[in-house]
Amino acid sequence: MLEVRDLRVSYGQSEVIHGIDFSTAADETLAIMGRNGMGKTTLFKSLIGILPASSGSIVLDGRELNELPSHERVAAGLAYVPQGRMIFPSLTVMENIESGLETVKTKKVPDEIFELFPVLRDMRGRKGGNLSGGQQQQLAIARALVSEPKVLLLDEPTEGIQPSIIKDIAHTLNEIRRLKKISIVVSEQVLSFTMSIADRLVVIEKGKFIHEEEGKSANQEKIASYLSV
Amino acid sequence: MGGFSAQDLTAIFVMQGFAGLSFFSVLLLMALGLAIIYGQMRVINMAHGEFMVIGAYASYLLSGALRHLPAGTDIAVLLAIPVAFLAAFVAGYLIEWLLIRHLYHRPLDTLLATWGLALIMQQGFRSAFGAREVSVPVPDWLRGSYRPTMIIDIPLNGLAIMLLTVLVTAAVWWFLYRSRWGLRVRCTTANREMSGAVGINTKRVDRMTFAIGCGIAGIAGAAFTTISSTGPTSGSLYIVDTFLVVVFGGAGSLIGTIASAFSIAQAQSVMEFFMGGSMAKVLTLLTVIVILLLRPEGLVASKVRR
Ligand SMILES: Nc1ncnc2c1ncn2[C@@H]1O[C@H](COP(=O)(O)OP(=O)(O)OP(=O)(O)O)[C@@H](O)[C@H]1O
Ligand SMILES: [Mg+2]
Repeated sequence: MLEVRDLRVSYGQSEVIHGIDFSTAADETLAIMGRNGMGKTTLFKSLIGILPASSGSIVLDGRELNELPSHERVAAGLAYVPQGRMIFPSLTVMENIESGLETVKTKKVPDEIFELFPVLRDMRGRKGGNLSGGQQQQLAIARALVSEPKVLLLDEPTEGIQPSIIKDIAHTLNEIRRLKKISIVVSEQVLSFTMSIADRLVVIEKGKFIHEEEGKSANQEKIASYLSV
Repeated sequence: MGGFSAQDLTAIFVMQGFAGLSFFSVLLLMALGLAIIYGQMRVINMAHGEFMVIGAYASYLLSGALRHLPAGTDIAVLLAIPVAFLAAFVAGYLIEWLLIRHLYHRPLDTLLATWGLALIMQQGFRSAFGAREVSVPVPDWLRGSYRPTMIIDIPLNGLAIMLLTVLVTAAVWWFLYRSRWGLRVRCTTANREMSGAVGINTKRVDRMTFAIGCGIAGIAGAAFTTISSTGPTSGSLYIVDTFLVVVFGGAGSLIGTIASAFSIAQAQSVMEFFMGGSMAKVLTLLTVIVILLLRPEGLVASKVRR
């Protein structure tokens, strides 16, 4: 499905992502674990095309996405839930979700979105900016999902969210994967959350993948040691 | 205000107020386009007044072409609105593609470039239409005035422009808040990177927004021809006031733009009667500066958490 080869990303002269390779399959969740400042957000931004990659390739279902602008990558099947949600604060909840319908034929939000996120149905007329952090996170996921992605990218979806809501989000992500058979790439620092959703875990450090494990049998102590300073 | 009776004063306020309303109408039509463009792209379009003039010359050409038809002036005046919109829209679309899109993220350069563009366009008008002002024949039903009392006299063309402004403002509102294009515009205005990342082609949205903003200025130009004659530099007379309106209203807010155009036009028009044009301008400018010092984000700021 998604195949990334030797991806390098720089801010000006300083390279932050130093040649990353990975691939994901349909119906698979890959978690990218790493401490603050290790390059998770940079990697995700370059995958969706907000930051240009200096070299490497990003291939989705046989199509090269590197060099394409963001909106064409979305049309090709990527969807992005950024760190910090980045919903449109002055738009209503409904309008926020509708903004994700740009690359699909239907201009109506499918009902299943509200089945996955019932709270959004009750709040659809409210301004996005007036939602709580957890609700905004659900809104950002809903907005990404309506574009019918093949690969869903989530950058630290649990950041700043209370444990009970984190459980809900894990449940929803598993549900989405089961329903849609898409692949999910998620960056994280919370190991318990990752363990409940991931098929595979990789550890990123200083812009390189340094460790990889299967989800079910993952050696949690080892990964935790990478995450602690 | 010695020397005026109470009755005189009322009449003055009503008539100057109404003159202010015509000014308000043209100003608002100009400011709507400028505010949308500035709100979304942070481009200060110094040539916005020239797009108004394109609309005015388009009306002039149209009325010339239809002159010999029976009821030609009547048809021309009505048809001028869509034709002026289209002419300025197409010009805006081309100029965005040729010039503006290369200058996003460089606000100072756009300021200079669009100022240069304004001069080029003015020279272009001069070469094409001559330095003399041209005017468009106004049909009889737009001449004359409405006289509710002996001393109050309200010109009909002013009323017509008001009506047009209300319709255009409603259309802009509908476009921004009820159409798919408007959703794209509002997303791009709020967060350009994220709009791209949800699948919106922001470059296309930029071009469309710029062209529509120019098109609305074109409509202002068509309206302008019914109250005044048009020369190559007519647009530059309006540009400063239009900026004032946009900044004062808080860029990107429709209500703010309307309120700001209204207060600036009314204040100027009423004060003009008592203290003359320049003094009125100075006072308006001072008031705006003081209010902006107190409220830097303009009259109407979004009440949403960021
Ligand atoms: N705009 C920028 N300009 C220069 N350097 C940057 C920029 N943004 C991030 N960096 C640097 O790139 C490195 C990776 O940052 P990034 O935001 O990708 O980390 P992260 O893994 O997402 O961290 P966090 O967990 O805190 O979100 C850091 O060293 C950071 O200082
Ligand atoms: Mg990050």
